[in-house]
Amino acid sequence: MKYPIFAAGALFATMAVAETPVLTVYAPDYFASEWGPGPKMEELFEAECGCDLQFRTGDLMPRLLLEGDKTDADVVIGLNTDVTKKARESGLFAPHGQDNASLTLPISWSDEVFLPFNYSHVAFIYDTTRVENPPASFDELLNAPDDLKIVIQDPRSSISGQALMLWVKAVYGDKSGEAWAKLSPKILTVTKGWSESYGLFTDGEADMVLSYTTSPAYHIIAEGDETKKAAIFPEGHYLFVELAGKISGTDQPELADQFMAFVVSEAFQNMIPTGNWSLPAKLADDKLPEGFAKLNMPETVLFFDEEQAAALRDAAVEEWRAALSQ
Amino acid sequence: MARRAQPISVGLWVGAAAAALILMLTLGTLGAVMHRAGSFSGFGPADWAAIRFTLLQASLSALISVALAIPVARALARRQFPGRGLLITLLGAPFILPVIVAILGLLAVFGRNGLLNIALSWAGIEPVSIYGLQGVLVAHVFFNLPLATRLILQGWLSIPSERFRLAASLNFRADDVNRLLGRPMLRAVVPGALVVIFVICMTSFAVALTLGGGPRSTTVELAIYQAFRFDFDLGHAALLSVVQFGLSALAAVLAAWIAVPGFSGAGLDRPVLRWDARRGWLRALDALWIGLAALFLLLPLGMVVGQGVASLFSLPPQVFGAALRSVLVAVGSACLMLALALPLSVAAVRAGRLFEVIGTLAIAASPLVIGTGLFILLRPVADPVALALPVTALVNAVMSLPFALRALLPALREVEATYGHLADSLGMRGWARLRLLLVPRLRRPIGFSMGLAAALSMGDLGVIALFADPSQATLPLQLYRLMGSYRLDQAAGAALLLLGLSLALFWLFDRGGRVNADA
Repeated sequence: MKYPIFAAGALFATMAVAETPVLTVYAPDYFASEWGPGPKMEELFEAECGCDLQFRTGDLMPRLLLEGDKTDADVVIGLNTDVTKKARESGLFAPHGQDNASLTLPISWSDEVFLPFNYSHVAFIYDTTRVENPPASFDELLNAPDDLKIVIQDPRSSISGQALMLWVKAVYGDKSGEAWAKLSPKILTVTKGWSESYGLFTDGEADMVLSYTTSPAYHIIAEGDETKKAAIFPEGHYLFVELAGKISGTDQPELADQFMAFVVSEAFQNMIPTGNWSLPAKLADDKLPEGFAKLNMPETVLFFDEEQAAALRDAAVEEWRAALSQ
Repeated sequence: MARRAQPISVGLWVGAAAAALILMLTLGTLGAVMHRAGSFSGFGPADWAAIRFTLLQASLSALISVALAIPVARALARRQFPGRGLLITLLGAPFILPVIVAILGLLAVFGRNGLLNIALSWAGIEPVSIYGLQGVLVAHVFFNLPLATRLILQGWLSIPSERFRLAASLNFRADDVNRLLGRPMLRAVVPGALVVIFVICMTSFAVALTLGGGPRSTTVELAIYQAFRFDFDLGHAALLSVVQFGLSALAAVLAAWIAVPGFSGAGLDRPVLRWDARRGWLRALDALWIGLAALFLLLPLGMVVGQGVASLFSLPPQVFGAALRSVLVAVGSACLMLALALPLSVAAVRAGRLFEVIGTLAIAASPLVIGTGLFILLRPVADPVALALPVTALVNAVMSLPFALRALLPALREVEATYGHLADSLGMRGWARLRLLLVPRLRRPIGFSMGLAAALSMGDLGVIALFADPSQATLPLQLYRLMGSYRLDQAAGAALLLLGLSLALFWLFDRGGRVNADA
């Protein structure tokens, strides 16, 4: 007797879905996971759109480029500035239609296609119980004793690793190779991705880890632990921006536009600090949660636009590889 | 190997079909990626450096793992002690651990603040650094010593107890047993073990990078990842993958050429008694080898358990859903593996080593290339996302084939050589031969290889990371997500759960294969 009831239930469920328009959102895996901002975002947006938001996860850009204009995506969230040039050249994206001038990013934003939803800066995080005198500048880090051990991520496999490479390039320019050579003895190891590095740091294997200025917020707010801090360098910190984009061939153009407006709405932006442990791209500072006031933030922000970054990248990777292979 | 003229049997056709499926999954997906790429760029100095380092670390890892496994397996084969079965199962655990968990466990022992360096500093000795080629080798030996030990131990166990009785009646000493029974067995088993480990280490990526200390320890697999993910240069990724295949194929052919199939004859399955190993100093030597191996393999595992146990009971519910999904994929994968491995082994014994080489090469395929190729191939006909779990089970099954074949093939050759003529004369063929002769005689290697396949599938992140929707996460993927969202304590708990489930699956299958059998 159970089977017909189940079948009827399944039938109803299918009909209900058929009546509701579906917005397909491509996102990185971390974003849509139970512990990322995805589920909360889905709840908030579905409450206002009367639609069904469905996430598809995985390697964003490779997947989009493989699918080309046959992609199922209506919108994409979680791109970063490393890939915007390639994404733009694919011709898959349409203008986002939002007002860039109202953003609260530390740099002025004029991109009509990719819309920022949060940002942070790459920084070295240390534990105050283990490092009493953290380096006060990038120069001090380069000249620190060799027993100060840091872990970084590989620029060939990780976006934060790429950001560090561009950070060094922005600070040291033509002298980047020498800077890497000085840093080399302090690099305990290089990991494939951010998670491995951060695990090594919290396990006490490394003194400092390449991460983000907003990382300590997790420890402060979720764990009540104020011993993790970002070392702030007056030379400036490289900006890390996460973006959303609308697919030009979407079959749900109105929903997609509504989604782009939602991304910079206060409801969504309010959720970013503790949902994605990041700084909202459009929210006044006084609306940030309390713990964020305790974060160390840089005065100077460094950033290469996608053309500059693309022109530097290949040579910078080779310079990095050569210096660290000695 | 075609010793008897036979009509091409149904078994051979099934074997050919299994081989075709494997070729489709490995070379077929590679072909799809190449077709899609269109253009190919040549190799730069970074690529050549990666190829050189990959060859160096894979060769050394294989040689060291097997060299250490020979005395450990010999000791385990000739000793009986309480808890021996449990110890053998536990010693197999590192092989099935997810890479990231194993790395953190190893670092808790060998890292800067690890147990080893704490002990050294008490003794007033300079600390040692694990980061560099030595770290890559330590990790690869940690992963593969258990496999090598098990394969060689299987070799010892396949020698019938009557041989040892005969040896005892001829007054053989331990040296004579090693020379006359052990060495021929090693000549049959060791080349295959070397190749399997060499090929596994070829595709190593996260281990080499994290413990290698930096870009001088770059492997080909990382170069493939970079080409695929950052440069979106499919052609370059495919070319590198071809190199990886080529080198692995060369190693497999070399091993097939060196190996001499062993044959020790039929027995009556009586319990093995080792009169040759009763001297006191031999006991001490064996105890030393078993103790050292247990210490090296179990200490990092103990650290994983210690780190995870605190949060094991406060894991979020999603982790358990993912665990169930992973168990189902693992069991499915083990069954698929057997469905491929049995016909492939039968075909390899009847029709030659080509089938064996095809089965072994699967592991040389880059998971990234397989995933991308499958995505390209499946998308026009089906939704790859809906197929993510079955596809993961199938790819994991194919990836565990090389290990299964190492365990199944030598045993199958023995069975065919011993009972084949009798079965032929009785006209026992096809299904009847499989059911009445092969499966009962091969129960032990079947149980072992299914356990291995299940456990490997359990711990493997696999192709699911490339295309899955969030509701289909497996346990390893969930573990990475916890780590990626700062929840490292919970990740440690999930790692312990993963370790426990993998071991339990392995134990259940392996035990099932050893019911009613001594040793």
